[in-house]
Amino acid sequence: MKRMTAMKLSALAIAAAVSLSGCASSGGSNADGMVSKLGDNEKSVSLLGWPGYAEKDWVAPFESSTGCKVTFKSYGTSDEALTLFKTGDYDAVAASGDLTLRLIAGKNVQPLNTDLMPNYANVYSFLKDRSWNSADGKTYGVPHGYGANLLMYNTDVVKPAPTSWDVVFDKASAYKGKVTAYDSPIYLADAALYLMKHDTTLGITNPYALDETQLAAAVDLLKQQRQNIGEYWSDYVKTGQSFETGNTVVGTTWQVIVNAMAKGTKVKAIMPSEGATGWSDSWMISSSAKSPNCAYQWLNYIDSPKANAMAVEYFGEAPVTQDACQYTSDKTFCDSYHAGDAAYSDKIWYWTTPIAKCLDGRTDVKCTDYQAWTKAWQQIKG
Amino acid sequence: MRLSRGARVTLGSVAGVILAVIYLPLLVVLINSFNSSMNMTWPLPGLTTNWWARALEADGLVSAITTSFEVAAASTAISLVLGTLLSLALSRYRFFGRQTVSLLVVLPIALPGIVTGIALNNAFRTMLGLQLTMFTVVIAHVTFCIVTVYNNAFARLSRMNRNLEEASADLGAGLWTTFRLVTFPQLRSALFAGGLLAFGLSFDEIIVTTFTAGGDTVTLPIWILNNMFRPGQAPVVNVVAVVLVVFSALPIYFAQRLTSTDQRR
Amino acid sequence: MRDSASVSELQANPVVRVSSARRISTLLYARAKLRLALLLAAPVFWLGLVYIAALLAMFVTALYSVDSFTGDIRPGFNLDNIASLFTDPLYVNVTMRTLGVALLVTVVDVLIALPIAFFMAKVASPRLQRILVIAVLMPLWASYLVKAYAWRSVLSNTGLAQWLLQPLGLSTPGYGIPAVVITLGYLWLPYVILPIYAGLERVPNSLLEASSDLGAKTWATLRLVVFPMLVPAVIAGSIFSFSLSLGDYITVNIVGGPNQMLGNLVYTNIGTANNLPMAATVALVPVVIMFGYLAAVRRTGALDNL
Repeated sequence: MKRMTAMKLSALAIAAAVSLSGCASSGGSNADGMVSKLGDNEKSVSLLGWPGYAEKDWVAPFESSTGCKVTFKSYGTSDEALTLFKTGDYDAVAASGDLTLRLIAGKNVQPLNTDLMPNYANVYSFLKDRSWNSADGKTYGVPHGYGANLLMYNTDVVKPAPTSWDVVFDKASAYKGKVTAYDSPIYLADAALYLMKHDTTLGITNPYALDETQLAAAVDLLKQQRQNIGEYWSDYVKTGQSFETGNTVVGTTWQVIVNAMAKGTKVKAIMPSEGATGWSDSWMISSSAKSPNCAYQWLNYIDSPKANAMAVEYFGEAPVTQDACQYTSDKTFCDSYHAGDAAYSDKIWYWTTPIAKCLDGRTDVKCTDYQAWTKAWQQIKG
Repeated sequence: MRLSRGARVTLGSVAGVILAVIYLPLLVVLINSFNSSMNMTWPLPGLTTNWWARALEADGLVSAITTSFEVAAASTAISLVLGTLLSLALSRYRFFGRQTVSLLVVLPIALPGIVTGIALNNAFRTMLGLQLTMFTVVIAHVTFCIVTVYNNAFARLSRMNRNLEEASADLGAGLWTTFRLVTFPQLRSALFAGGLLAFGLSFDEIIVTTFTAGGDTVTLPIWILNNMFRPGQAPVVNVVAVVLVVFSALPIYFAQRLTSTDQRR
Repeated sequence: MRDSASVSELQANPVVRVSSARRISTLLYARAKLRLALLLAAPVFWLGLVYIAALLAMFVTALYSVDSFTGDIRPGFNLDNIASLFTDPLYVNVTMRTLGVALLVTVVDVLIALPIAFFMAKVASPRLQRILVIAVLMPLWASYLVKAYAWRSVLSNTGLAQWLLQPLGLSTPGYGIPAVVITLGYLWLPYVILPIYAGLERVPNSLLEASSDLGAKTWATLRLVVFPMLVPAVIAGSIFSFSLSLGDYITVNIVGGPNQMLGNLVYTNIGTANNLPMAATVALVPVVIMFGYLAAVRRTGALDNL
């Protein structure tokens, strides 16, 4: 790992960028539990995140510059994260949009004072104060990285080149047994997005706000798709392998999987005409954080150009500031991930927890919540 | 029974074929550790020693192996004590509920790991309010490790000549002395075999561990699972498996020797 | 036991220095029940209070329900979850599929284990025997996940299985239920071979020779002498393969194609839906099956052969 040594050398430089007003003696907070002023750094900070969100390469410089010793636990699914975070053992969590609202509603996280995090100012505005990282006008999360659930296909087999998700839905039978889909209840939103564009009678305006009828339509679509599915995927190795061997020829993917393909594999990933679902992960601070100051330092640090570049390049997602682009080791990185492309970002329906109160603003019906989605997902898989 | 030469040869070749099938996937693991594909795809696009180099500096690998060793050693030690006590009780006494106790000891291995896992997870966290740590993993592993020690010890005790123990007592030795000098030496190899199996069970356990390990307790199987979900890390786990298989041969060999010399005695 | 006699002998012996440890020993020697209680206390505490209590508590939560948004468990008495096991075709289908896989894995494993265990125990020289036991045990150290992914490699469209089978006009089964049976059968095979080998080793050679001396054919010896002694060992091995398959959810994710098993439903309910009550309910299924199985085989003495 060449990056590693380069990092150690520049640790000091970063230290300067990260350290905030370290002289303030004790922190203060205002009425709504928001910190107004930072205190001295505690000795340690306990983080929870997706695998690869806090690797040695960018954790070590943080530790040496702030004195906050990092312990990191990774989780496999958003729901595992919820269970873990509820134990109160963690100061901060990197949460995807299918988790953030539940954390906010459960009062597990605290509103953030963005003034205390200078790097936050440089974050792309299309990622700030969105439905998945804010509530009641208050910011609850700072972005870590974002990406889209793309459509990947085998260019030898899937002809003509698809431009729509219809290859995995209405036209999927042509590739029976060789179609793949992401293995999570949140994948229902992909079906809902497709229906939103192709079956306007259903009246779907937000793939995360589905009433009973709309959910039933999405379930039907996925049950049809199930006939053609070769396998569902949730880890990189599995889906990457299947595309390389030809066991799978078409289905959802992430940019990082595309980039990890062996040279010469005949695959291509596109953003279909309907748009796509995607994720924008946010770091949030626990309402009962034992090390709030270190947690604030971490949130500020992860949006600093070098740290953010390393973190997103490792995981394979777009960085959250333009400044990060000059620090990626692959100079074409920001282009291939469409970083900062607001028009591209507009096509992404970022993962959001489906809740009973419809996210599209409808008040005349109750929407289906995540538990209903989970039940439906099990039924679809059968 | 005298098997004809033909029957022996047939049996031998069948056994040989079975062994070949057993080792075929391990060969695949060995080859995959040199596979240049990040996704371990066959046929191999190329060869590389990259993963072996990466394994040497892999983050957390050494500590994961250490953790697994610690967990397995602690679980085995406790299982040895509890399993021996239980085997003494059940082989030397007839009492009400004896059948139930013998079923009780089998239960943790007979019920699927996921049942044990979520039951203990619920008990530790919600009922007892404990934080999940290495300690909780050990508690969980002991429940299903006791049975291997118990069964080996129980079988040996049942075949053991009781006269020696009684002679020792008659000669004035206390219970502890009798156990230490008479019973234990005869039991030793059975305990070793049972302990080794318990160690192996604990070392590779993943399902129960997933549910009972806290954030900082990363055992080797958990580390491997995590690496499957980390970009570009997966083939490193093949290296780990190859090394483990090679190194495990030694302890198993010695265990075997010890058991068989004991039996010949 | 001649407890009282030996105690009086001990007490009559003036040479024995009476230390407190010795006094405890003497006391224990005199009281069989106390000794038994001391022997049993720790293991029964561990298994009963830790394991059984945890199991019972979990099954009580099967009667609870869950607040879907915050994920909090609402205690109460509610048979909806348990009823859905019987009324919802999902649970019925998945249970049948899982049961089928577990049975198939067990049958395959026993069929493979019998000849090799027989060869190890009755044909191989002591030296070869030792080497074979090691050879069978070694794969256990190569981590479950690594082996499962190795099978994924082998069974892929361009994998080793395809390469080996193509000349015979066959093709790889690909990913799906057959792949799950192959992989699980492979993973649990050593756990089935070992008890059967140990069981066969206990069949004295003299007994086999006596049988053939009395004129029995090889097959008759096998059927009348070996088989009855083998049954408990085979059942012991089957407990491993059956129960381990019944609760597995990782292998089916790796090689099972789009299928799910009972373990996946339990895992999804607790991992994804955060619904412990429903997870506990589904977990009841393998538990009931295993209890039935254990009750059925208890009389054969198989439980002592694990």
